[in-house]
Amino acid sequence: MKLLAVKRSLLLGVALAAMMPLCHAEQTINLMQRGTGDMGVVVERATGSLQIIEHSSDTSLASVEGLGDLSHASVVFSRDERYAYVFGRDGGLNKVDILNASIDQRLMQAGNSIGGAISADGKLVAVSNYEPGGVRIFDSTTLELLVDIPANYGDGQTSKVVGLVDAPGNQFVFSLYEANETWIADVSDVSEPVITRFEDVGAAPYDGLISPDGRYYIAGLFGEDGLALLDLWYPEKGMRKILEGYAEHDETLPVYKMPHLEGWAIAGNLAFLPAVGQHKVLVVDTRDWTQIDSIDVIGQPVFVMARPGGRQVWVNFAVPDNKYIQIIDTEMRSVVRQLEPGPGVLHMEFSARGEEVWLSVRDEDRLDIYNTDTLERTASLPARKPSGIFFTQRAHRGGL
Amino acid sequence: MPVNFSRTTSVLALLILMQCMPQAAFADDVSNKRKQELAYLLDQDCGSCHGLTLKGGLGSPLTAEALRGKPSGYLFAVIRDGVPGTPMPPWSALLDDDDIRWIVQLLRNQGTLQ
Ligand code: HEC
Repeated sequence: MKLLAVKRSLLLGVALAAMMPLCHAEQTINLMQRGTGDMGVVVERATGSLQIIEHSSDTSLASVEGLGDLSHASVVFSRDERYAYVFGRDGGLNKVDILNASIDQRLMQAGNSIGGAISADGKLVAVSNYEPGGVRIFDSTTLELLVDIPANYGDGQTSKVVGLVDAPGNQFVFSLYEANETWIADVSDVSEPVITRFEDVGAAPYDGLISPDGRYYIAGLFGEDGLALLDLWYPEKGMRKILEGYAEHDETLPVYKMPHLEGWAIAGNLAFLPAVGQHKVLVVDTRDWTQIDSIDVIGQPVFVMARPGGRQVWVNFAVPDNKYIQIIDTEMRSVVRQLEPGPGVLHMEFSARGEEVWLSVRDEDRLDIYNTDTLERTASLPARKPSGIFFTQRAHRGGL
Repeated sequence: MPVNFSRTTSVLALLILMQCMPQAAFADDVSNKRKQELAYLLDQDCGSCHGLTLKGGLGSPLTAEALRGKPSGYLFAVIRDGVPGTPMPPWSALLDDDDIRWIVQLLRNQGTLQ
């Protein structure tokens, strides 16, 4: 049975069934009194639950259960910062009311899915699926299916879809892992979606990201040393390879966890990206997309994220180095500090102004909060096998 | 490291089960503590590509059903050496042969755990 448990002074759980509209009038009272700008959610992957937190005084407010298989789950927020759309691995699309700590809507939209995005105007939610391979676009209010884009290629094959992001002008951009393609879906008129396909972008795109200004889409490639770049101001120019042969002179190391190209660690004109099969963070000049440096780190980087303001870049790692965090000074372009929060550091999330960062320490069932100036841990909270941490400020940033 | 009780019990149940099976001889060199670590690794770390429930992700499904008909020797070789040209990495630097044999047993016996 799926239970919704609300901690603190709220009432006990209420049984609920998937896909049924819910009503918990009595539970709204406490949480409704606050704004959501300092709130966030933490995915508890093994239990299929979501913890609702606030980062003004660093506390846990409530927890929502019954969200299905949340391994690799990601989250986007409605533009009023009230609803979290939670994309589960099992194809579940959940719309969670974070003030109510309840599931507003839930549906199974595919068999196996990987991530999602919300359109620039906030009206559409897109989900990228492995099975059946493709993208499905839903009305963000009703979760009604509006557009289905199967990732068909070649003669009748279907590809897994990766690296889905939203782009300005109500577009979604994504890549096809088996097809080596990147597609733009323009849904500015949702009744007539326009798909633009780029073929042979590079071998095995595994994830994608978009620059904070919404101009450049980059697909990371697993099958070759390099990345594929698309200038969305000039899509007619096509995609081109950048950083080709970045690992030419080095031995390729096993990758025990795929890097994530979430966000965009950018500082001034420099972008910081994880290398694949190299224990390195690549430094790229975004004016001409050339590699200007590579920084040695302790393991295979997974997330490479800039503290807002760009002074530091924080990096976590694949097994067997996932107990560490390394902090890169972007001016010196070297590691200045190593932290050891504990085994299974899976994700990190900075507050909007960057003064603190939250880390999930999966194997110790804990969230750690660090002051980014002193690099000291200021608080810890219990969480069950926490993975992704998502703050509501994401509602106002494209491409996350 | 916190010990997950239900996981522990299911691993113990499997241990008892495996005493009765001829293949159990394979895994005799793996300590109970290591077996728990490996079960955890299979869920969490293999799960990052194959799905926490092993129903598939970027990596193919590893459910007992999906692996039916694939020889244990093949599974052993794939886990030890990886699949070149795909994201499946070779695990030989982190897992020894006994570890890998035990993981193959775990994969084979998934359905009997619940
Ligand atoms: C970084 C991603 C990744 C990780 C981590 C990973 N795998 Fe894989 N694995 C793959 C991919 C991708 C394939 C499919 C390869 C192909 O295309 O043939 C695969 C294939 C396999 C196969 C062959 C399945 C078949 O039906 O032929 C087995 C067995 C396997 N993996 C076991 C494991 C085990 C056990 C672990 C953990 C110790 C693990 N994998 C971790 C990506 C991964």
